[in-house]
This record gives sequence, C-alpha cells and structure tokens, in this order.
Amino acid sequence: MSDLPGSDTGFRDNWGIASARDEIESVLQQVMALLGGHGWDETSIFAVRLAMEEGLSNAMRHGNCDDPNRRIQVELSGDHDGLRAIIMDEGPGYDPQSVPDPTADENLTVASGRGLALIRAFMTEVTVVEPGNRLEIRYARPAT
Amino acid sequence: MSNNAAMLQINDHDGLIEARLMMDAIVDEANIQSMDRELKSIIDGREQPMVVINFGNVRHLSSSALGTLISFNSAVQDRDGQLRLAEINETILEVFKITKLDRIFVIEETAQDARASLR
Repeated sequence: MSDLPGSDTGFRDNWGIASARDEIESVLQQVMALLGGHGWDETSIFAVRLAMEEGLSNAMRHGNCDDPNRRIQVELSGDHDGLRAIIMDEGPGYDPQSVPDPTADENLTVASGRGLALIRAFMTEVTVVEPGNRLEIRYARPAT
Repeated sequence: MSNNAAMLQINDHDGLIEARLMMDAIVDEANIQSMDRELKSIIDGREQPMVVINFGNVRHLSSSALGTLISFNSAVQDRDGQLRLAEINETILEVFKITKLDRIFVIEETAQDARASLR
C-alpha cells in the first residue's frame, strides 16, 4: 500500500449510514465494486468483505443495539496494494479483551462471538480504539 | 424428490437429505433466519436424520451464518442424526479452519463423498 492512499491511483470514500442491514449491504457492494475496479483478486476481496461485514454487523448489533436512529460512520482509503478502513458506532464501546476466545474447546459449540476473531484472522492489522466503538483495520494484499 | 425453497434446494436421496444452499452470500440476517427455519424444517419429525449441506454455490458467509450451522448441528445430534458439510471452496474452508469449526463439523470434499459417508 502506498504512503498516500486516496492519491490519483487510489481510492477514498466515506459513508454515514443508519443501523440498518440494507444500508450496510449498500456500503459493502460499493466497497466490493471499488476493489474490483482497482484490480483486486477474489481472495483479497473476500477477506475485506468478511472483515467489513463483521465490523459493520458488530457496530449495528452490539454498538448501536439495532437502533436505526444511531449512525455508523465508515471511512475507507486504499489503492491496488491494500486499504485502511475505520468503522465507528454510537455505542458506549467495549473491551475486546472481554470477548471469550471462540476457538477454545469450551466455546466451539457456542453459536456467537466469532466476528472479531475473523476480522483479526483475515486483516493485517486490527485496532479497537478506546472506549471500543471505533474499529480500525488495515489490509495489505499478499505479494503475488 | 426435489423442491425449491428460498435459501435451500432440498433433495431426498432415499431418506438422506441433501440441502443445497442457493445463495452465493450468506450474510444478510433475514436470509440467515430463513436458512435457520428451512434447515430445522427438514429434520422436523425425523428420527436419526442424515443431512448433507452442499456449499457449492456459497462464496461468502458471516459469523452469524456459522452460528446457525452450529445450532443446526446440535439439533441434528439431539435427534441422534449426523450432519456432513460438502463442496466448500478454499476461502470458506479457511473460515472453518480459523474458527476451528472443522473440529466439530465433518467436512467432505464432494457431496457424493458426504452421502457415501452416511450410508
């Protein structure tokens, strides 16, 4: 990823959306189109879609408690080589250390709690900024 | 026997049920709830259900979809049945491995392999 995402060869966009599934899907579709337009491969697009899907769903469900009047802010910048994204909700935040490890034997059959683990697995760098309602992700595409 | 539903295409192979997921992305909460209902309906009233879920069409799925599959696996096991997952592409398989769900699901490469493993 270049030092100047959003430059002439890059992309930069932001959205302010309601906590609603159709608005999340609209953002995801626009992001996928952006990445596809910059020559991203299917595997990298999969990783970003998964991470943003989980981040946005967490913001809607856990951050904003499914309240459609609460907003989610999304910022995205990147280029052919990678991207950075920020997802912010209007909730009080949470301590990511308090989320149980979903891969622990005792949690394998628990139906929820895998979102953050998937984001961390697929993204290059993940930060939950205190108080925990701002997620920052960075993804560097693997060298081909 | 075959019938079409919104999320699943169900085929009954002499009592062995193959449920083919028809969406390429299982991320929408409404779709996941539909999938949950349709999956549960295919084991309603069945003892020792044998079920194969075919992922051949699926390119994206969310953690919420994984949760539904975990609940369905438990429901099948509660009825002394068996569940197999099949035709999962490499990227989706990576999701199962990262979450270590490949330890609780039996995953076969092809639907044919999955059906054979239940005979």
